[in-house]
This record gives sequence, C-alpha cells and structure tokens, in this order.
Amino acid sequence: MSAGYLELVCPAGTPAALRAAVDAGADAVYCGFRDRTNARNYPGLNFEFEELTEGVSYAHERGCKVLVAINTFPLAGNAGVWHRAVDQAAAAQADAVILADIGLLDYAARRHPELRRHLSVQASAANAPSIAFYRDRFDVKRVVLPRVLSVADVKALISETAIETEVFAFGSVGPMSEGRCFLSSYFTGVSPTSEGACAPASHVAYLNQGGRVLSKLGQVTLNTVAPGEAAAYPTPCKGRYVTHGRASYLFEEPVGLNAIRILPELKEAGVTALKIEGRQRSRAYVTQVVGTFRRALDALARGETATEPLEELQLDAEGGRETLGAYRKGWR
Amino acid sequence: MSSRAPAHLTLGPLLFHWPAHKRRDFYLRIADEAPIDTVYLGEVVCSKREPFFEPYLDEVAERLRSAGKTVVFSTLALVTSKREVAAIHERAASGWLLEANDVACVQILERAPHVVGPYINVVNEGARDFLVSRGAIRIALPVELPATSIRAIAATASSTSIEVHAFGRQPLSVAMRCYHARSHNLTKDHCQLVCSLDADGLTATTVDGMDVLTINGTQTLSHGYGVLFAELASLRDAGVTYFRLSPHDIDMVRVAEIYRDVLDGKQNASDALQALRPVAGYVPFINGFVHGREGMSWV
Repeated sequence: MSAGYLELVCPAGTPAALRAAVDAGADAVYCGFRDRTNARNYPGLNFEFEELTEGVSYAHERGCKVLVAINTFPLAGNAGVWHRAVDQAAAAQADAVILADIGLLDYAARRHPELRRHLSVQASAANAPSIAFYRDRFDVKRVVLPRVLSVADVKALISETAIETEVFAFGSVGPMSEGRCFLSSYFTGVSPTSEGACAPASHVAYLNQGGRVLSKLGQVTLNTVAPGEAAAYPTPCKGRYVTHGRASYLFEEPVGLNAIRILPELKEAGVTALKIEGRQRSRAYVTQVVGTFRRALDALARGETATEPLEELQLDAEGGRETLGAYRKGWR
Repeated sequence: MSSRAPAHLTLGPLLFHWPAHKRRDFYLRIADEAPIDTVYLGEVVCSKREPFFEPYLDEVAERLRSAGKTVVFSTLALVTSKREVAAIHERAASGWLLEANDVACVQILERAPHVVGPYINVVNEGARDFLVSRGAIRIALPVELPATSIRAIAATASSTSIEVHAFGRQPLSVAMRCYHARSHNLTKDHCQLVCSLDADGLTATTVDGMDVLTINGTQTLSHGYGVLFAELASLRDAGVTYFRLSPHDIDMVRVAEIYRDVLDGKQNASDALQALRPVAGYVPFINGFVHGREGMSWV
C-alpha cells in the first residue's frame, strides 16, 4: 500500500460480522477470542480458534488482514490463558496481535518474533517516550493512539516516533486513559483490565421509576432519563453525577465519535490506519459504517471530498449524536 | 511474626492542589513527627500545578532527608506534552530517585534504579520481571489488584520490593480532560486552577444522592478512604514490605502512628479502626478491591 494510503481497520465481533466487514471494504478486521483475553468479552461475541482460522482464510482470499486483540492484562499466576491466545493467533496465521500488557508483549516478542505486534489503546501510550519504549523493547510496529489526543498531538507524535499509528475514527468516546480506569470494577467488582468487560451486562439494570428510566451499574445509579431522551450504555464515564448541586454528564456526554469529516486532516497528519470501534455492535452496523468509510476514503484517494449524505451514520453513533471528541480543540 | 521482613510505611505523593505554604508546612511536620520511612514528593495529576511548589521542593526534601526519611520524586500519571517529557528528563538528570507513573518515565530512565508507581499496570509476574530488568527496585501495585494477585506477584519478587496502597482515597482513573474545570463550566486550558478549592477533592454524587466519587482535576478517586488493617498481616506474610498512606487534609501524623502501631503489633485491627474513625471524619472506609469485590465496598 502506498504512502498516504489510509487503511480501514474494522470490528468483527462475530464470524458473520467479519465477513460483512471484509465484503464492505475493510483493509483489516480485528477480533478476539471468546474469553477474557480481549477487551470486549461480552456474551455471544468473539471467536473460537477454528472460527478464527476460517475467518483468516476468508479475509486473506479477499486481500484483507486479520488482527487479533489480546489486549487485557493477564492475571497474576494465571498467564497461561493469555499465552495460549498469542500462540493460537500465530497458528491461525493472523497478520498481527494487538497487545497491551508488558509481560505479554515480552512473551510474544520472545516466542513469536515473526508475529507482528501492535500496541493496544489499552496500553495508553500517549507520548513519544512511551511509544519508543514499546517500539524499542518489543519491536512494536504500530500503536493504536488513545482517544484523548488532538489532531495536532497525533501529528507531533508521528513525527517524533516514526511508527505506524492507528486512530479511532468512529465509535464510542473514551474520556479516561484506557487500560488504567478502575471505575467499572469500583462499581461492580469485575475488572475490565483482566476480565475484558467494562460495565458487564450482568451488573446493569434498568428500572422504571415514575415514568423515567433509571440505569444502574451494580448498586450505583448512573442516570435517569425521560422516555426518548438520548442515553448511552451505562458505563461509569457516561453517567450523570451531581457536583455543586447540579447534575451533569461530568465525564462525557452521551455522544459517539465520528471523525469522517476530518479524514483529510488525519491523512495529512501521517496516520496509517483508521479504526472503527464496535465489536459489540450488529452486522448491519458493520456493513453500514464500514461501507460509508470505504466510500469516503476512496473519494479522498481520488482527491474528491465526500459528498455522500452522512446523516445515516449519525443514527449509528452512540446515543444518536456525534462528536469529534478530543480531535477538536477545546474538548479538554 | 519474627520471620517477616521489616514493614516500611510510605507517604504517597500529595494528589491535591494545596497552596504551596500549606504543602510545605505539611511536609515539615511529617519530617518532624511522623513514623514514616519514605516520602514521595512531586506532582502526579496535573503539570499546571507544578510551578507553585517548585520553590519549596529542595528545602522540603532536605528537611525530610535530615529526619532520616528516603525521598522519592513522583512523576505525572499521564504525560502528553513535550514540556512534560522535558521535565522528566530534567528531574532524572538531577539524581533524584524517581517514581515512574507513565511508561514514558521508564523509557527516559534507561536502566537507572527507580520505583514503578501504581499508575503503571503491573498486574502479573511477566510485567514485573520485565520492569525489574529495566531497573525497577520497587513496584507500587495498582489499587485494583485483589490479594490473590498481590500474593502471586509478591511471593516470587525476589529482587524487588512490593508496595500496596494502605490508606486514602484510591486513584481510579486519569484523563486528559479536567473534570474539576468541567464542574465549573470551564475547560482544562482555562481552568483557573479551580481544583485548589477542594483540599480533599470534590465529591460527585449520584442523581439519587449517593456520594460515590471524588474529582481531583483530571483524576477520579474513590469517595471512601481505602483502609487496610486486618489485611496487613497476610500481605506481609506474602512478601509485601511497603505500605502507602495517601495524604489527605486530616491529621496524617496520627494516621501514620496508627498504621505503625498495627505493623509493630502494638494495636490490633479493630482497635486501629476505632482510633482512625475520628481522625477520618465522616468519610466512609472501603477495602473491596483487595478482597476481589466492588472497590467501593467494605468487607
């Protein structure tokens, strides 16, 4: 792929979603095993080894890569599950593994030096020396940048580190430094970093109270909304909290990230790949969002600006509203 | 008891933005009165706060050292600007022992001896061993870890010491965005340092009235004070030798005395809890994480 080509990296929560993403024009899909080794360990999602092998064949036959996310942090005394996941990704002929834990990166670099390593957003590498650490110690080839950086920050990091970067283009907005957020386990006792599920559905409850819908995570009330009011999935950072006597979305509004309007800026900044978030979303979502981004990127490659109406995409955004998140100046 | 290695009490970095004179007086009293072995200075949360205490830093460090305490300089938990990177380079060159709270600091230090702070995810032996090979002489574990993980990491940590958070609000997240500023309808770039208005952090309450989180600039902390007393003996048996008290706007000398007495076997856990209660005011105690439960719970 030529310099300046923006690679489209797409979510595959299931084998069907993988095929949908490939068919809709993904350059790469990313997926995980059906266990706690990846950060989307939700019921009904993810891949067994055989499914991954079949998915890799399907993708490779159509010129698409497969990246395997093994991006949770191995439990002390029990790293074997995570080591096996890396071994199986290599055996399935995956094109890369996406890792976050220093111990697991060390294992993968020593045991499978030929297997390409990407740094997960869960490693929260937001500055040049951190990226250099992972690049120099574990020969990481690409870093998925945290969702807390502006376009100018992204551009500066690329010039300082000379490494491939992947940035989030569509999906949810993560205001916290990822991989280092313990809010969900503080509320539920289930750790996203080691068990792969922020705000697990088993701990989420919706109650009807006087015509309003109350969302709870564990014993904690995260929000109360009127019928029809926009609401995000009840992760702790999307809740409404009271400070100074006023209830507000203290951390982040119920909005979804959509960077489709700034693709030229991201390309100009030197970004290698765009990530579409949403392994927990439906196959229809994958087809819709991947297809829209594919057409926008093809138009960009031809030197045209996207003319396609983008309203449909808004419906796919979390909470039904969209934002440029940290890319936009003033977000902080 | 006699076969255990000595237990050290440490005072973690002050997480809140206190006026410089208050901060100086706090540390001078710690130097003179607190049974604490190691004191972490430095700013962990926001680099905009750093210049205020800088003029007092050398004096405070000297007084602490004269009082026989080891001084460590803690660095930022989330490094994003070139200026912040340059500040770590400068500090590293000055010969201080640093606590790395972002992997950037580990990279900058090359293989120089350092402490790995609780904001770097060391949750298993593999990460521990790699960081020890890069110069970590002590690892302060993330607050989220259950005792089973702490034991597994400490039990075989022959060439490094392990530290756990034993008192104070538990750090739950760091962000680029300033929530303190947001709560005042400001942004981080124009924050007016409103975080200085809350010496112990700003309480965030649920819409139905439960005090649940504490906002401290870009950082989010637990509402309750993490308190480990009954757990200390088994953690020591597992090989943990450093116990961290996180500073609050309460009588921290008294807090240190209570913990020292428990570690020395002069006070049992339930008496210690009773002694701590009036010192801590109305803030609830929590210990869920170490028991593998909701962090906000008390087991």
